[in-house]
Amino acid sequence: MFEPELVTLRAASTVGGDMRIALFATCLVDGLYPDVGRATVQVLERLGHEVAFPMQQTCCGQMHVNTGYPREAVPLVRGFVDAFAGFDAVVAPSGSCVGSIRHQHADVASQAGDTALAEAAGEAASRTYELSQLLVDVLGVTDVGAWFPHRVTYHPTCHSLRMLHVGDRPLRLLRAVRGLDLVDLPAADSCCGFGGTFAIKNSEVSGAMLADKVTNVLTTGASICSAGDSSCLMHIGGGLSRAGAPARTLHLAEILASTEFSPWVAP
Amino acid sequence: MTFLGMPAGSGDLGGEQSFPSAAHDALGNATLRANLRRATSTIRAKRAAVVDELPDWQQLRAAGAAIKDDVLAHLDTYLLQFESAVTERGGTVHWARDAAEANAIVLSLVQATGAREVVKVKSMATQEIGLNEALAAAGIDAVETDLAELIVQLGHDKPSHILVPAIHRNRSQIRDIFAREMPGVDPSLTDEPAALAEAARRHLRAKFLSARVAISGANAGVASTGTLAVVESEGNGRMCLTLPRTLITVMGIEKLVPTWRDLEVFLQLLPRSSTGERMNPYTSMWTGATEGQDFHVVLLDNGRTATLADPRGRSALRCIRCSACLNVCPVYERVGGHAYGSVYPGPIGAVLSPQLTGVDHNKTLPFASTLCGACYDVCPVAIDIPSMLVHLRSRVANAKGATPERAAMAAAAWTMRSPARWRRTLRLLRFGRLVRRARRLPPPLSAWTSSRDLPTPPTQTFRDWWTHDGRGR
Repeated sequence: MFEPELVTLRAASTVGGDMRIALFATCLVDGLYPDVGRATVQVLERLGHEVAFPMQQTCCGQMHVNTGYPREAVPLVRGFVDAFAGFDAVVAPSGSCVGSIRHQHADVASQAGDTALAEAAGEAASRTYELSQLLVDVLGVTDVGAWFPHRVTYHPTCHSLRMLHVGDRPLRLLRAVRGLDLVDLPAADSCCGFGGTFAIKNSEVSGAMLADKVTNVLTTGASICSAGDSSCLMHIGGGLSRAGAPARTLHLAEILASTEFSPWVAP
Repeated sequence: MTFLGMPAGSGDLGGEQSFPSAAHDALGNATLRANLRRATSTIRAKRAAVVDELPDWQQLRAAGAAIKDDVLAHLDTYLLQFESAVTERGGTVHWARDAAEANAIVLSLVQATGAREVVKVKSMATQEIGLNEALAAAGIDAVETDLAELIVQLGHDKPSHILVPAIHRNRSQIRDIFAREMPGVDPSLTDEPAALAEAARRHLRAKFLSARVAISGANAGVASTGTLAVVESEGNGRMCLTLPRTLITVMGIEKLVPTWRDLEVFLQLLPRSSTGERMNPYTSMWTGATEGQDFHVVLLDNGRTATLADPRGRSALRCIRCSACLNVCPVYERVGGHAYGSVYPGPIGAVLSPQLTGVDHNKTLPFASTLCGACYDVCPVAIDIPSMLVHLRSRVANAKGATPERAAMAAAAWTMRSPARWRRTLRLLRFGRLVRRARRLPPPLSAWTSSRDLPTPPTQTFRDWWTHDGRGR
């Protein structure tokens, strides 16, 4: 199919043109949300980049660390470092997993007394980016040529906001999407209540926080609640579905992957 | 990790109930949730406004953290310096290892005066050691003079917030408490804030004028001069500190700052972070025994030395009790302070209480957070509460030893360390399609399905799609 817009986009996106980019899909996307991984690849390929998916990758180990089992996470840190050695940039469609890689991996290795791994993990972390960071900061694009004719509200997710400080990068990407009607989410920076094993260990408090998030999403009148993290979206989506709400969740990558020629369609 | 030889803290630092169980009770109280939401969102907005107007807030914050870290690194030196300065100025310094020792010291000092009633300035340290209860057991009434503490005391209640202990009450509840419990109160008392404040003022004025002993905490102690500082909003502190003949101050050993100059930083950080004011209305400072007063200071350890011994937990001792972290915490906002079972609730309580008591006595508090990080952002002394919670979770897991959870985590790690095993395991997820839209699943998944649906697993994992689409390169 002839896609005239791509010619200009490829030309405009010379920054990082020769970069060797690898996708870290994250365990959740790999197992439960493969569409998010496909969308991430599509956006980057449309911008003229080749994307690799090293098969050795599994999980960043955040669940182990945050539940109190950092030693169990050591082999997962080593697995991440080995899988992504040699790439210029690693991209993950998750603020939370990138937060763990950036802020926990080297520390987990040092706590275990493995200074060589700590150093390697720190180096790998320095070239690992959450999707909106890679697009805006590394590749220098905010208009990725997407088209998405829906009303969307955006939940910024705690780890993207306060651990990675991605700021308004996701919103800048969304504002450049043609046809998209972006509406502010009230109390957007409030946590949705997921918190990994918190949702199980403190399920009632988690549910109370989720109820407020769902109410706020519904007041926007948006049909889509988007975010840069499939874990938060799984939580919010589970709440919207349970409430029988006329809104659903969709990852930022899936919105950015949608074009006039290959639009996103609700399953 | 255990710290042998360091005395564990005791007193009012942990509840009987686990956090999830106490939170369950709190979530059932709709009035409580409405009161909390209104109050926390008001204070949150006030704090944000006065913090945003300072261009050097981050530098102030870094200075606060650095001063506190210096104090903690040389605590022994500063404490001895403080002791000799207070002694030189006619005060008496007492050292208390734990709550019981501190209470015994204060009780004997009060008994020596013959007083049956003491007035109190709002103080977290005396809440922590349960001083009022200890004095009551010996027949001595301790009268709280801070308005909110008075509400809590008259209501036979417990504080639920560090700064605003009656945050869980609204004004009509307060009116009812006053009408029921305050001797000689006007029965036509309304719930107008001015009327409530006037009733409290009349009640307290008589206490101030008759009291022979006052008990206070301290916001800071200056090591070089022995000066103590109390900041407050109502003037009740000033009355307590100056009117009675005998003044007894209970202060945690971590409250020191090296010099007067260092106070400057905290007198900017504290009011903006706690009440959302540029400056607090009353700042009282005194050095030793003034104008013939009999002055005693009780230096309280109660688990602080044990906390100091953990390099990954010790920065919790930087805390200046401003409660900004409570006001921004989405968990605190839903459940309130009582659910934490300790006088220190919210995010700081979740890291401080288990360290003071030892994690064995507060196993669920480090898990009472989504790790959203809002607390760290607002902390005026930059305590990285989320990282500390994660660290304390590992101390809890280690203390518990072999558990089903540890086995599950080890099994997950074993699966995930091998890409081949991981691939086979991920493929099993598609059998989850058989139970899709399941609304009630057995434990532990029931905890998820109690308020949310599970996602429908895909027919193919990402890695299988990648391989089958010929992308495996």
